[in-house]
Amino acid sequence: MNMSKYSIFSLAKQALNFHEGWGKVWRNPEPKKHYDVIIIGGGGHGLATAYYLAKNHGVTNVAVLEKGYIGGGNTGRNTTIVRSNYLWDESAHLYEKSMKLWENLSQDLNFNVMFSQRGVYNLGHSLQDMRDIQRRVNANRLNGIDGEIVDADELKRRIPILNTSRHSRYPVLGASFQPRGGTARHDAVAWGFARGADSLGVDIIQQCEVSGFIRENDRIAGVETNRGNIGAGKVGIVVAGNSSVLADLAGFRLPVTSHPLQALVSEPIKPVLNTVVMSNAVHGYISQSDKGDLVVGAGIDSYNGYGQRGSYTVIENALAAIKELFPVFSRVRMNRQWGGIVDTTPDACPIIGESPVKGVYINCGWGTGGFKATPGSGYVFAHTLAKDQPHELNQAFSLQRFSTGRLIDEHGAAGVAH
Amino acid sequence: MLQIPCPWCGIRDESEFSYGGEAHITRPLNSENLTDEEWADYLFMRKNTRGAFLEQWQHAQGCRRWFNIQRDTVSYKISASYKVGEQPPQGMGNEK
Repeated sequence: MNMSKYSIFSLAKQALNFHEGWGKVWRNPEPKKHYDVIIIGGGGHGLATAYYLAKNHGVTNVAVLEKGYIGGGNTGRNTTIVRSNYLWDESAHLYEKSMKLWENLSQDLNFNVMFSQRGVYNLGHSLQDMRDIQRRVNANRLNGIDGEIVDADELKRRIPILNTSRHSRYPVLGASFQPRGGTARHDAVAWGFARGADSLGVDIIQQCEVSGFIRENDRIAGVETNRGNIGAGKVGIVVAGNSSVLADLAGFRLPVTSHPLQALVSEPIKPVLNTVVMSNAVHGYISQSDKGDLVVGAGIDSYNGYGQRGSYTVIENALAAIKELFPVFSRVRMNRQWGGIVDTTPDACPIIGESPVKGVYINCGWGTGGFKATPGSGYVFAHTLAKDQPHELNQAFSLQRFSTGRLIDEHGAAGVAH
Repeated sequence: MLQIPCPWCGIRDESEFSYGGEAHITRPLNSENLTDEEWADYLFMRKNTRGAFLEQWQHAQGCRRWFNIQRDTVSYKISASYKVGEQPPQGMGNEK
């Protein structure tokens, strides 16, 4: 397909045609009989994996199989927050790699992902919260990640609508601030990676659900789908909430449980919040989209669920927290509410690497915070698939860590908010 | 919000309960002989079924007792509730 490069000139040219001449952005091919690599899951992570496989490793005989439509799962359901202020070295390096890719992603993909480095505040509500924040910010800075500690008075100056009263139920004592954090347009991330991968020769096959794995001599040989059997040299499973389902089909177990995670957007209002505010302690996080909607995220529902919806009490709690932090929003009406299925692990860290089945690789367990990692996750997983060994950034995130005991306890930085 | 049938108290709102995850996990008796992989399997690996699932709940703000239910993890419909020590209903796709 002859795909045009987006530029000010192509925009001007199409404007003269009343924007009726824009072509399709990726092909819609029939599956081939065999691929070198099959990626199961056409979300941001899967598409990014395919893109970096083709771009960085020259592996272009690749298919991305998506049971629905691309970006229709968690990629289109998250609250679009991007940050890299994780406590432990392993995760800090992984998320910071992702942050560096974000900073150049629109140029790299020639697709505007609307990455906006408006900063991210993580609030502290108790003295222990503030000590944890100091520790995390110090750890971040030692890892070369930007961060600062902001006290309540300074917070009030920067975010005038934030309630910093000493009399609120959970008073705001301060916050950590990552200036390079922010938000990105979630759909555009899927579309940009899809367009980029497609232009390098990757087949993106939608409405193609994997129902089984084909093995030959203890090695993977392909997958069974609703569009026939497709042969594969290697298979990468990147299916977030459905990871355990695919692992069951492949014949191995995961330490993953799938939970609903809910979010909401309000009616659009005038610009009032120019940054991202998160609070682990009261379970809420909020930003304002470019359209003017307030984007609010809740914590996960406690129970296992695949239903892409959760219980009302959870969003009620999140909105109560938001109202306490921002009394000015008390009369804003919520427009839409939805749930995504997140794959949580015991240590709140992802699993990226080989599986017990030869030729099958898994990238899962991103839990509540996978969106921010989209480019980095694809980058290291592509390396793992191409070289048959992990990149140094995802070495520590193997499935084996659950038997060696070398867990990476990121609950403090990742457990609830993201 | 789920309406959960406690075997002792009857149907109550989900907010009275706390969740305990997969039911019928048995702690191995010969833990000193287990390999690291077998121990990890007990400690961390979970069924995470899509469909009929046996799970534990505690009626934390009621009778404070633990019990098990069978719930579909897609429709969230609860099809059985039984006390700890009792066997799950048979023939509902939950055999090991």
